[in-house]
Amino acid sequence: MRRTRIGRWWYKFSRNPLSVVGLIIVVGVVFCAVFAPWVAPYPEHAGPYVNYREANQPPSLAHPFGTDIFGRDVLSRVFFAFRSSLLMGIVVLSIVVPVGVTLGLLAGYFKESWIDILIMRITDIFLSVPPLILALAITSVLKPNLTNAMIAVSVMWWPWYTRLVYGMATSLRNEYFVQSAELIGASKFHILFREILPNCVSTILTKMTLDMGWVILIGAALSFVGLGEQPPKPALGTMVADGAKYLPEYWWISVFPGLAIMLIVLGFNLLGDGIGDLFSLEEA
Amino acid sequence: MDELLVVEGLRKFFATSRGIVRAVQDVSFAIHPGETFGLVGESGSGKSTVAYMVMGMYRPTGGRILFKGQDITMPHARRPLVLKKELQIVFQDPGSSLNPRRSVREILELPLRVHHLVDGRKLRERVEELLNIVELPHDYAEKYPRALGGGEKQMVAIARALATEPSLLVLDEPTSALDVSIQAKIINTLVRIQKERRLGYLFITHDLSLMRNIAHRVAIMYLGRIMELAPAQVFFERPLHPYTQMLLSSIPVISEEEERLKPAKIVSTGEIPSPVNLPPGCVFHPRCREAREVCRREEPGMREVEVGHLVRCHLYGA
Amino acid sequence: MPDVLLDVQDLVVHFQVYGGYLKVLDGVTLQVRHQERVGLVGETGCGKTTTMKTIMGILPKPPGVVRGGRILFKGRDVLSMRPQELEHLRRSGISMIFQDPTAALNPVFTVGEQLEDAIRYALGKRDHASVREVALSALQNVALPDPPRILESYPVQLSGGMRQRVCIALALACPKELLIADEPGTSLDVTIQDQILRLIHRLAEERKMAVILISHSLGVIREWTERVYVMYAGTIVEEARTGELFARPLHPYTEALMRCVPKLTGTGIAEGIPGRIPDYFDPPSGCRFHPRCPHRMDICRQRKPQLFPVDRGHRVACFLFGRDSHG
Repeated sequence: MRRTRIGRWWYKFSRNPLSVVGLIIVVGVVFCAVFAPWVAPYPEHAGPYVNYREANQPPSLAHPFGTDIFGRDVLSRVFFAFRSSLLMGIVVLSIVVPVGVTLGLLAGYFKESWIDILIMRITDIFLSVPPLILALAITSVLKPNLTNAMIAVSVMWWPWYTRLVYGMATSLRNEYFVQSAELIGASKFHILFREILPNCVSTILTKMTLDMGWVILIGAALSFVGLGEQPPKPALGTMVADGAKYLPEYWWISVFPGLAIMLIVLGFNLLGDGIGDLFSLEEA
Repeated sequence: MDELLVVEGLRKFFATSRGIVRAVQDVSFAIHPGETFGLVGESGSGKSTVAYMVMGMYRPTGGRILFKGQDITMPHARRPLVLKKELQIVFQDPGSSLNPRRSVREILELPLRVHHLVDGRKLRERVEELLNIVELPHDYAEKYPRALGGGEKQMVAIARALATEPSLLVLDEPTSALDVSIQAKIINTLVRIQKERRLGYLFITHDLSLMRNIAHRVAIMYLGRIMELAPAQVFFERPLHPYTQMLLSSIPVISEEEERLKPAKIVSTGEIPSPVNLPPGCVFHPRCREAREVCRREEPGMREVEVGHLVRCHLYGA
Repeated sequence: MPDVLLDVQDLVVHFQVYGGYLKVLDGVTLQVRHQERVGLVGETGCGKTTTMKTIMGILPKPPGVVRGGRILFKGRDVLSMRPQELEHLRRSGISMIFQDPTAALNPVFTVGEQLEDAIRYALGKRDHASVREVALSALQNVALPDPPRILESYPVQLSGGMRQRVCIALALACPKELLIADEPGTSLDVTIQDQILRLIHRLAEERKMAVILISHSLGVIREWTERVYVMYAGTIVEEARTGELFARPLHPYTEALMRCVPKLTGTGIAEGIPGRIPDYFDPPSGCRFHPRCPHRMDICRQRKPQLFPVDRGHRVACFLFGRDSHG
């Protein structure tokens, strides 16, 4: 049997079958989000659609997740809601990771200098504010929409990466290979980004994968209180909120979006474990 | 004299919560081009600290270091780039001296790039040349350290050290973590390279048998001080200091011939004291079977007993 | 042989990896008699630790898998023992000390807590007073000064040599018939290592215990063992009484190894052995040493040599010294 690079990766990844389950879930969610207009049975229900005759229908073959108070198919709306959820995750992480990681590298490598003190004290301040409060504060000052929700979550999220990388950079800078690079005369930029950072990547990527789920959850919390994606654009949190008033009779309006949130977080969590395994340095 | 490296009265103290650690005290020696100067000692002897001071990784608390006549007693960061090319170090643990996330090529290219030694196209050639010097096949350039054995990793570390064409190489226990057959290969490679390029080596090890075969001159350290310094043959055949004799008597050897060369067995008792609580007088006196009254009171100075042979011991009138 | 304590017969162990198996042990055969001090010398990756772990029943499986052979301890096959029998084996039969004493001790418990745990487990004693007594005498037996203070200490407060002694005390908390010492004192200074080996020697004599001393240092093997096995790439290549092995090393690998050891006479070191240790995923056919052997012949590639007897107790796995029924 030929041993290929990809095969080796798959071997490491799939040792834990749950990682594969996570991968399937995430791929499924992404697929539904990207191809929502073609995969959703009633794509027009994701927009301003109203049909009171079809309102509040329980789950059936025609509407597997039932319909909501406006007669919109919940399943289709969930697929479209995946879009804003995933977008939030991607955008937030795209901002937060470069900023947080760079700050963490600088603070960790220059430990006990003013750089370290400045960066880490600011980080501490941000970390000491309860996350949701911070996000609520920001979004209530700005107009409530998806973009501002993303800004709010980014502001509260970056310190976690700084902390994470700070710890790793602090210990890595004492490794002999870093000292060797210093003794050779390499620039600080090289040492931070070409010697230390590559050794942090696997932990960062694992955290990013897990964070996709958590950012989405926070995003849902914000839209639950009306501070995220505004109607009629579907968002998972908003859908849960809308249906909350009608529990327990029309339970499906809240429960299915809620289960969708749970599924996304679960999927990314399981995938995150697999990513960690994939990047571990042991030989297969 | 054309000394490459001169170390005079080197001292290093560390302030710790448990007190002052006098890691290195009054260490002096010189290394010439093409010569291997061996530094031997047990843990806590300060030999690695001396090496790190030479490299500028630690700032000396006292004393001077001269390289090719120039005073280089300063931390590494302040040294001119040209100097950084001239002195290189090979560490003990090959596993941690190579970045596991960088390929062999990237590792070897770094010194070449930093010092702008070759430009773009020549870079590839030069990397292959370096691999040739340590007798590793060219296709190793694309490999990552985890695919290499311990000895091969150390060869890459040596190739990297040679990339800047240094005049002095500091080798801190380069083969201690390796098997004996791999050690043999590396040592032979180091000796060959030294002859070809007239390199000076500061070679540190705790393995006396190894030292016998690679060093031209040897110094033995105990708790921060050099206790004896002599040309290799003299050091091993006519050791004067009781500590040297004690260590030589406990080396495991594999032939009768070698057994006869060893001094009579001196069983060491007790632990090696820590450099925090140094004994008064001669630091070795608690473990020395020749210890006298004066040894408990006064620390002996280094005395040249015969040409090139120095001992720090009251037995020799120091 | 009536006085054979441990009899490993043709042990084959593989490890499952991506795409296949690492065929690490390829038929390891060795014996240890009562109260005998046997050495096992081999370089990194030759399979010494895997062999010992399989003997102790602590081989992780998966990915390890025993493909063949028997391990007879006092006549009973360890490989077919049930968990309780294995526990009994480790409690009063075989014990092992590892190379790195720091890693073998739990840093968050005191020496006393760990030692008393081991004693309670091994001897089944319950009451605090008698357990403490046993612990104190265990520490005294390994020549540790001030045992009460050591009991109260955490491993990090002790020196490397002391930690190794604590590990020995832990291993011998209950009398054992066989002690496996895996590179004892290798990470310590040579004078301290000397003390540790001396201690093991004394304890073996006092307690009438057999010892398997594993080392990659030929000098240590020569000084502290009566009989030696030389191991290469998962097989035993030579077996002899210690004096005989060093006077007349026969296997090309043993010879080459000895030439590589730096000599106190200052006569230089041999060039090393060409090649590298084999890739266990796709090991060489026949004799696993043949790609690196200066004396290789055609037959070496085709068939694996068994241990041919050359002299009293001296056996070599090399076709230079014998032919099998096919040769």
